[in-house]
Amino acid sequence: MTQAPTTTMTGDSHGSYPSYLIGFVLAVILTVASFAAVMSHALSPGMALAALTVLAVVQIVVHLVFFLHMNTSTEQSWNLMCFIFAAASVIVIIGGTIFIMHDTAINMMSR
Amino acid sequence: MAHEATMSPLAHADDHHGEHHESPNVFGFWLYLMTDCVLFGSIFAAFAVLRNQYAGGPSGKELFDLTNVGIETAILLFSSITYGFASLNALAKNKKMVLLWLAVTFVLGLSFVGLELNEFSSMIAEGNGPDRSAFLSAFFTLVGTHGLHVTCGLIWMAVLMVQMMGPQDLSERMMNKLACLSLFWHFLDIVWICVFSFVYLAGVM
Repeated sequence: MTQAPTTTMTGDSHGSYPSYLIGFVLAVILTVASFAAVMSHALSPGMALAALTVLAVVQIVVHLVFFLHMNTSTEQSWNLMCFIFAAASVIVIIGGTIFIMHDTAINMMSR
Repeated sequence: MAHEATMSPLAHADDHHGEHHESPNVFGFWLYLMTDCVLFGSIFAAFAVLRNQYAGGPSGKELFDLTNVGIETAILLFSSITYGFASLNALAKNKKMVLLWLAVTFVLGLSFVGLELNEFSSMIAEGNGPDRSAFLSAFFTLVGTHGLHVTCGLIWMAVLMVQMMGPQDLSERMMNKLACLSLFWHFLDIVWICVFSFVYLAGVM
């Protein structure tokens, strides 16, 4: 890191050509898998939705690591902590909304 | 004032040793993105509740053209990596290449917005606008909000390209702006992953 000032800025935390390309290839594979899971009609709707969810979560992690350069270094600990808080909020909002509205619909016999 | 104060120590640090400390501006922008994340989470929650409320109107299966969605997805994915190349060239202080890759990213982003507007206008022309059913209201709100974000990113990118065109070097301030737009652009691609998975692909099942 210290011997060549011109290369220090392109260190791990900012990515490099190989890391962008690895991320891109992984993202393409995961995207194609998502489309294939639905368009091949090989899976039942429930299984396909589960597959879509898993593939989406994995692809989000790939993007976060390879494109947004998130890592667990101490320098980034605040970024990571804010992200975890936001992700937890989103899970509570979406999960809670689906749970409450489904429960309401059942009790109101609206579906 | 504020950014001057935070930037001068950074500029010195970069000259002398490799430890690159993230600017507080970039961290502040990251915080904004996290609130944006919650905004999209809320809209996704609304969509999840309303996705089966067709009110006698068309369902996603009848409306969505997966070829179009696939092209849009590919465009956004390519624009992510071309922005990545712009970032790497910015770190190498190669301004011409930064402008070139930003221009490529801009064209890709513009074609994404064009495809989306085309999809929206043909849906509305067939009478399937946001006023048709709760499902379509939620659909237009969610996908439209993402498209609006992409449009804002494009305006931002155009402004940065104009600012960079002068004879000056890539300043630390410009590097921070590029870093913020990088976060924004890659973040929008992450939102799009959720859109194509849970709106389009789950919608045609």
